Amino acid sequence: MEILFIMIPLGLVLVGLGLWAFFWATGSGQFDDLDSPGWSVLDDDRKPAPGDQQPPDEPR
Amino acid sequence: MTAADRPCFHCGEPIPRGLVLHARIAGRDEPVCCHGCKAVAEFITGAGLGDYYRYRDTASTRADEPPRPDRWAAYDRPELVERLTRAEPDGARSITVLLEGLRCAACSWLADKALSLQSGVLSVSVNPATARARLVWDPAKVQLGDLLRVLEHVGLRPHPLAGEPSEQVALLERRNALKRLAVAGFGSMQVMMFAVPLYFGEANGMDPTMREYMRLVSMLVSIPVALYAGWPFYQGAWVALRSRSVSMDVPVSIGIILAFVASVWHALTGRGEVYFDSVTMFVFFLGLGRYIEMVARHRAGSVADALARLAPMTARRVRAGVTEDVQAVELAIGDEFLVRSGEVFAADGVVLEGDGRVDESMLTGESAAIAKPPGAPVHQGTHNLAAPLRVRVTAVAGNTVLSGIVALLERAQAERPRLAKAADRAAAWFLGRILVGAAIVFAVWWFVDPARAFPATLAVLVVTCPCALSLATPTALAAATAALARRGVLVAHTDAIEALSKATHVLWDKTGTLTKGLVRVEDVRAFGSVTSGQALAWAAALEQMSEHPIGRAFAASGAATQRASEVEVHAGRGLEGRVEGRLLRIGTRSFVGELADPHATAPTEQPAADDAATDSWIHLGDDTGMLAAFRLTDPLRPEAGNCVAGLAALGLPSEIVSGDEPGAVARIAARCGIERHAARLTPQDKLARLKALQASGAVVVAVGDGINDAPLLRGADVAVAMGRGSALAQTSADLILVRESLDDLPHTVQLARRTQRVIRQNLGWAIAYNLAALPLAALGFVPPWLAAIGMSLSSVVVVLNAMRLSRGSAPTRRPEWPATREAEAA
Repeated sequence: MEILFIMIPLGLVLVGLGLWAFFWATGSGQFDDLDSPGWSVLDDDRKPAPGDQQPPDEPR
Repeated sequence: MTAADRPCFHCGEPIPRGLVLHARIAGRDEPVCCHGCKAVAEFITGAGLGDYYRYRDTASTRADEPPRPDRWAAYDRPELVERLTRAEPDGARSITVLLEGLRCAACSWLADKALSLQSGVLSVSVNPATARARLVWDPAKVQLGDLLRVLEHVGLRPHPLAGEPSEQVALLERRNALKRLAVAGFGSMQVMMFAVPLYFGEANGMDPTMREYMRLVSMLVSIPVALYAGWPFYQGAWVALRSRSVSMDVPVSIGIILAFVASVWHALTGRGEVYFDSVTMFVFFLGLGRYIEMVARHRAGSVADALARLAPMTARRVRAGVTEDVQAVELAIGDEFLVRSGEVFAADGVVLEGDGRVDESMLTGESAAIAKPPGAPVHQGTHNLAAPLRVRVTAVAGNTVLSGIVALLERAQAERPRLAKAADRAAAWFLGRILVGAAIVFAVWWFVDPARAFPATLAVLVVTCPCALSLATPTALAAATAALARRGVLVAHTDAIEALSKATHVLWDKTGTLTKGLVRVEDVRAFGSVTSGQALAWAAALEQMSEHPIGRAFAASGAATQRASEVEVHAGRGLEGRVEGRLLRIGTRSFVGELADPHATAPTEQPAADDAATDSWIHLGDDTGMLAAFRLTDPLRPEAGNCVAGLAALGLPSEIVSGDEPGAVARIAARCGIERHAARLTPQDKLARLKALQASGAVVVAVGDGINDAPLLRGADVAVAMGRGSALAQTSADLILVRESLDDLPHTVQLARRTQRVIRQNLGWAIAYNLAALPLAALGFVPPWLAAIGMSLSSVVVVLNAMRLSRGSAPTRRPEWPATREAEAA
């Protein structure tokens, strides 16, 4: 069980790394907007063909 | 008419009967309800952004008026823009813009794309959570005014927020809270991981060195959780204590500090129990609830935003005969400025020149225009409806009537008297019980064994505080808040959930809540040879000259392709003018009839008398007789009746308190099935009615959307505002119905009641467990390992029970539910 004396500090270092990454991500605005980046996938540079623009008959 | 069968392509609202209006979209004619929507839909698809209609998940905001490009003229002047915006590297400028009508991620996609298509735009970031966009552009290539026009063209009305610090502050606040939450989350998981071997070590024997080691590591991980993640609670408690009051933060902080200090002491001395797992979990769940609440509050908007929407940022100053656009803040007392028809006053002042009519509804709730002859006072934020006015400034900045209201709201919001009171009672109750219990334990042990008195007392405090008090309530509130947010109900103050579960009455302000709050042309009846479309076009051309609310209804529905000339306003009766060489009158029936010979054939379809009560009929005629009649109405929300019935079934009778005409109120009340209603009430009257109800022991929910409702909303036990209502109403609200669907209201009441039940179950369970386990443990009948496992299981039960709320199960499926209601009502 002596291995725990090394494993736990190592684990804590990993947790620290994870927290550091989270802090960095928060600070750089990664969590400020969780909705709209999902839409950017649908957004291509190609000009949509006229047929693509056909909207649904009933707006949802 | 097929068009009438389908809702508006853009905003999804029903199309007025008799109106034929189409937007040309992708080679097809789609029906639209007004020229605003037509313009917006055609612009969006014309710019190749038609995908918006496929991606959006809620209908767009009704555009009403077609975009008015001249509104943003002031923002084309570089020297003014320079003062309003921030400098960025390489000569670029940036500004934050509040987007009215931004309702879903597809809207933000639309704003982003539409702006990015403009040359000279360097970056756009749109945040749908706060309805704000940050624009960076190159002033050499594009003007701010053009960008604002683009936003208006896609149906999102922009409000530039000059040098807004509050948004930056709110963003930092959210980020910091998220960091604290992460520390608490990571920390509690780690500590839980070390706690498990400790529990089993107690049971099966454990190397004392390893036990010491585990406890010390737990302590190490808990230190940042208790000190960093828990810091806001200590701050809140300190503020409360310094002002000699008790807030919920006080017992929470006492719980955290006592449990933490005791655990640290035990870990260092190697004797006694450690409670690091409880401390960290407690901080995490409490922080989670606070975070969700804060995000909702930021979404609701701050008072500063409300001001930004109401008061214009620019004014046309006249100084030494020179007229120039200046920033509103540059106006000084004694300055003169011009306000054109349809514009908003930038400061309080006195009319010098012009015969004005002003819409002061945002201050008084009175929707009729008020005459403003020279010498009359006008107020910042109100709307000039008629002739251009020259105004001398009498008050600016913090001294205007509007700022007074805003300051009042800001203070009320900061003090939160009603909410604080409820939380105080709860805190005092818990604190009192716990302290009495601890004192008894201390006294008893003092006589039995003085050496063990202190550890035993500490154990009581530590065990009761975190488990019973904290996990039970915050987990349930967090789950309920998240479930409501998914349904489009924002909870700005979680305390409102408790109040809502006890509510006994609902007060409605009619306009904008039960009704949609927009006067619009509902029906067009053309007589003789004129088509309804032609009649509407003529009416719109005439009414274009008027800024009366009725005129705005026509501007929304009719084609503004023609221009009327020789327009004369007959106050209180109507308008006369020439369109395409034809002399026309629009207004009351008698006024229009006088134009033709007195024997003109009266329209056979006379509006029924009861229609006249809420819906006004406006007539159009020429010298040959009546041409058309238009029915104007503020339509009832389709779900209003269901909502009232649903609330009544839950034991919540509804009542209307309105500033409107008695006839209109009575009709709406009858249609929704509301028995009690009062009309022509001032905001003070509404508040008085509320106080009278509260004095008789009622817990009142108020639903409102106007600025004149702000006092009512603030006085109510639970304030509900509509998602599209005025920003000032939203800042004083506890709940915001983002989707504007009244059906959400009965559901929210049911969920609030379920939440209270879960909290009671949780508290009951936690207290019962503690009461049973503590004495047994103290007397030595329960081995510590069993107590520890039981304690953890108890926490898990509490959390799982709370999580039931976040599953959107319909309460009607619960058979015991109606029985409970009857029992409570009895």
